[in-house]
Amino acid sequence: MLGKTAGGLYWMFRYLERSENTARLIAAGQRIALTRSSSADDEWMSVLQTAAVEQGYLAAYDGEVSRDNAIDWLLRDRDNSSSVMSVIEAARNNARVVRTALTREVWESVNEAWMTLKAALARKVPERDLPEVLALIRQRTAFVRGAMTGTMLRNDIYNFARIGTFIERADNTARILDVKYYVLLPSAIGVGSAVDNVQWESILRSVSAEGGFRLTYGQDARPREIAQFLILDKRMPRSLSFCADKIRDNLGYLVADYGDRMKSHDMADKMCLNVMSHGVDEIFELGLHEFIQGFLGNVAELGGQIEIDYRFSA
Amino acid sequence: MIGGMEQSQSSQGQTQSQSQSQTFDEMWGRENLLRPPYADLADWIEHEDPRRLRKKQREAEQVFRLTGITFNVYGQAAAAERLIPFDIIPRIIAGREWARLARGIEQRVRAINAFLHDIYHRQEIVRAGRLPAEMVARNDAFEPKMIGVTPPGGVYTHIVGTDLVRTGDDSFYVLEDNARTPSGVSYMLENRETMLHMFPELFSRNHVQPVSNYPRALRRSLAACAPPACTGTPRVAVLTPGIYNSAYYEHSFLADKMGVELVEGHDLRVVDGRVAMRTTQGYQPIDVLYRRIDDAYLDPMNFNPESALGVPGIMDVYRAGGITIANAPGTGVADDKAIYSYMPDIVEFYTGEKAILQNVPTWRCSDPSSLQYVLDNLAELVVKEVHGSGGYGMLIGPAASKKELSEFRRKLMARPGNYIAQPTLALSTVPILTNAGLAPRHVDLRPFVLVSPAGIDITPGGLTRVALKKGSLVVNSSQGGGTKDTWVLEE
Repeated sequence: MLGKTAGGLYWMFRYLERSENTARLIAAGQRIALTRSSSADDEWMSVLQTAAVEQGYLAAYDGEVSRDNAIDWLLRDRDNSSSVMSVIEAARNNARVVRTALTREVWESVNEAWMTLKAALARKVPERDLPEVLALIRQRTAFVRGAMTGTMLRNDIYNFARIGTFIERADNTARILDVKYYVLLPSAIGVGSAVDNVQWESILRSVSAEGGFRLTYGQDARPREIAQFLILDKRMPRSLSFCADKIRDNLGYLVADYGDRMKSHDMADKMCLNVMSHGVDEIFELGLHEFIQGFLGNVAELGGQIEIDYRFSA
Repeated sequence: MIGGMEQSQSSQGQTQSQSQSQTFDEMWGRENLLRPPYADLADWIEHEDPRRLRKKQREAEQVFRLTGITFNVYGQAAAAERLIPFDIIPRIIAGREWARLARGIEQRVRAINAFLHDIYHRQEIVRAGRLPAEMVARNDAFEPKMIGVTPPGGVYTHIVGTDLVRTGDDSFYVLEDNARTPSGVSYMLENRETMLHMFPELFSRNHVQPVSNYPRALRRSLAACAPPACTGTPRVAVLTPGIYNSAYYEHSFLADKMGVELVEGHDLRVVDGRVAMRTTQGYQPIDVLYRRIDDAYLDPMNFNPESALGVPGIMDVYRAGGITIANAPGTGVADDKAIYSYMPDIVEFYTGEKAILQNVPTWRCSDPSSLQYVLDNLAELVVKEVHGSGGYGMLIGPAASKKELSEFRRKLMARPGNYIAQPTLALSTVPILTNAGLAPRHVDLRPFVLVSPAGIDITPGGLTRVALKKGSLVVNSSQGGGTKDTWVLEE
């Protein structure tokens, strides 16, 4: 496979994953804004931070944070290279580059996602249409994933697509924890207060995990369990531990396929070890924030090394 | 039935100019008598609900959009992707008609390859006085780096698109020999797929010769021309300028259907005397490169130093037998419009036979007496740039305004050598589906020809381009043309 193709697949799936994650963040932000009386704008700031687009936003809007502008920046603004529209277009451009590596079904699902969302995001999205548009983004990216699972060979093409997906997802979940870690800290306890309940729920909502959490841990969301669920639970497909495992597994398939072990494989092993060698209480003891920061560093470093090891560019 | 063919023809007759009223319609002839290849189609159309057909027409458009069969228009944003309009009424050619055309195309393509070999070696045709030396020496497309080089397998033009037009029952003319990197074959294939999908019943009733073998035949032809340095199974790749090129869809389509890599210049470099592509496991040599970039961009070390699309040093590897480039560099010398006027001689010189396909009579404006004739008769002629393509920079005399004519007159006098002129042909028409029913529109035909050491392979039919505007003779997609599925019936 061409190095460029591996890179195109990796980024195509990172961008698709990002579009979906951004849609979830907006939904969670909107929910919290609707259920809280005060400081809703702070909430949009934290959404912008989680999506790592706050700097561009503040520059574009002279430091003024408002619901409408934040949503527009996250969803549609072409000046924001991580807006849903920008990443959907980037995913589709990457799909065109790697067209020969994709099945017709996968290509058409990406192309249709782009066509549909381009139409849906052609104008500012009014508040009443927001839920529908956010659902559409999640649905269209799910179609791509479905076509991928149903029609692609399980070979190096698939592995690079999966690595891109889980690098992006690991980064996203870690960012959510990074921005909201303080509401999970035992020191911040006004445990059980209405404010905290909303915040905790919002964290779970950002990773589509309210239902899964309830099934596993019961009705009451507690910081310790939420952290356990999002960091360590291997059943949870967006947890750090799950993502790290998947990255390592897919890199492992490449070793089996190509026969060469690269630097990135050692880094992936180390990342898995870092995540799993501590229990949740230990993580709190050592510092949740430091732990998340360390993880984010590991992910970024690993992503860079994969690009080098597999010759994404000359 | 849909609309009235008679009605639309007679109403058109009132508005048509003199030259167009002699138009030959491929369905109805000149006398409004149904021609036999269309008998079954006419019957089918008569029993179809026009609304269903128009709905199918819209569906076809959706299929093309979803598949991504779009093209980018130069100078427009990446978002401005356009569809080439597709018309669902097929163009039908009888098996017997095709057999003769195919013989003529094969003869012509054979002659072009012999001509190219001669031009880059002993230039016998010039020595024999059949072609003026300056036609070669002063031709921009002549590539000095090809002198004395014989490409692997002796093939210069692996892929040719011979543009044909029809003016009557038995008269076909060659309009252009596209011997560089002819495009459009993906439309030929996708048009057929779309028709099979939408109208299976038509294909059970008519025995249409298949076209779907093209990608396999292309790969086989390319592999048959592997260079001396190739030891195992030839590794083929398609070279594209990238996703913003107007024909990118076709490049990825062909690579996909052939099951080969689609590469860009930055994926390639010369390693150990071979052109190699950067894979996830290091550099691997390529044997045959089907390049879809022009000669000038192929090698920044040997040609245009500004080019970021090509591979530095590829020409040196080529000359040393390390890679096959398809088509070979320098084939453009065989298809420019000045050489075109010599094609009947060229065919005769190399095959010893009279040309089966006619050339359109051509005035070379570099010749003073021809220039005078062209200036005197400008309003009746078509004038083209010698190196032009895509329907740009051309004048259609009968359709031009006084102002356009006088502007073109100035251009002609300033650079006569840059132009050739031809009579305005009464191109045949084929019906298209319009909101008002069937209506005749002018068409041309680009059959696709593959050349390998084992022989010449012509896909039955080709790409029919159709001018969608009433009365228009310009079929180019860049100028509002569309396409049709083209059927060659089994005998």
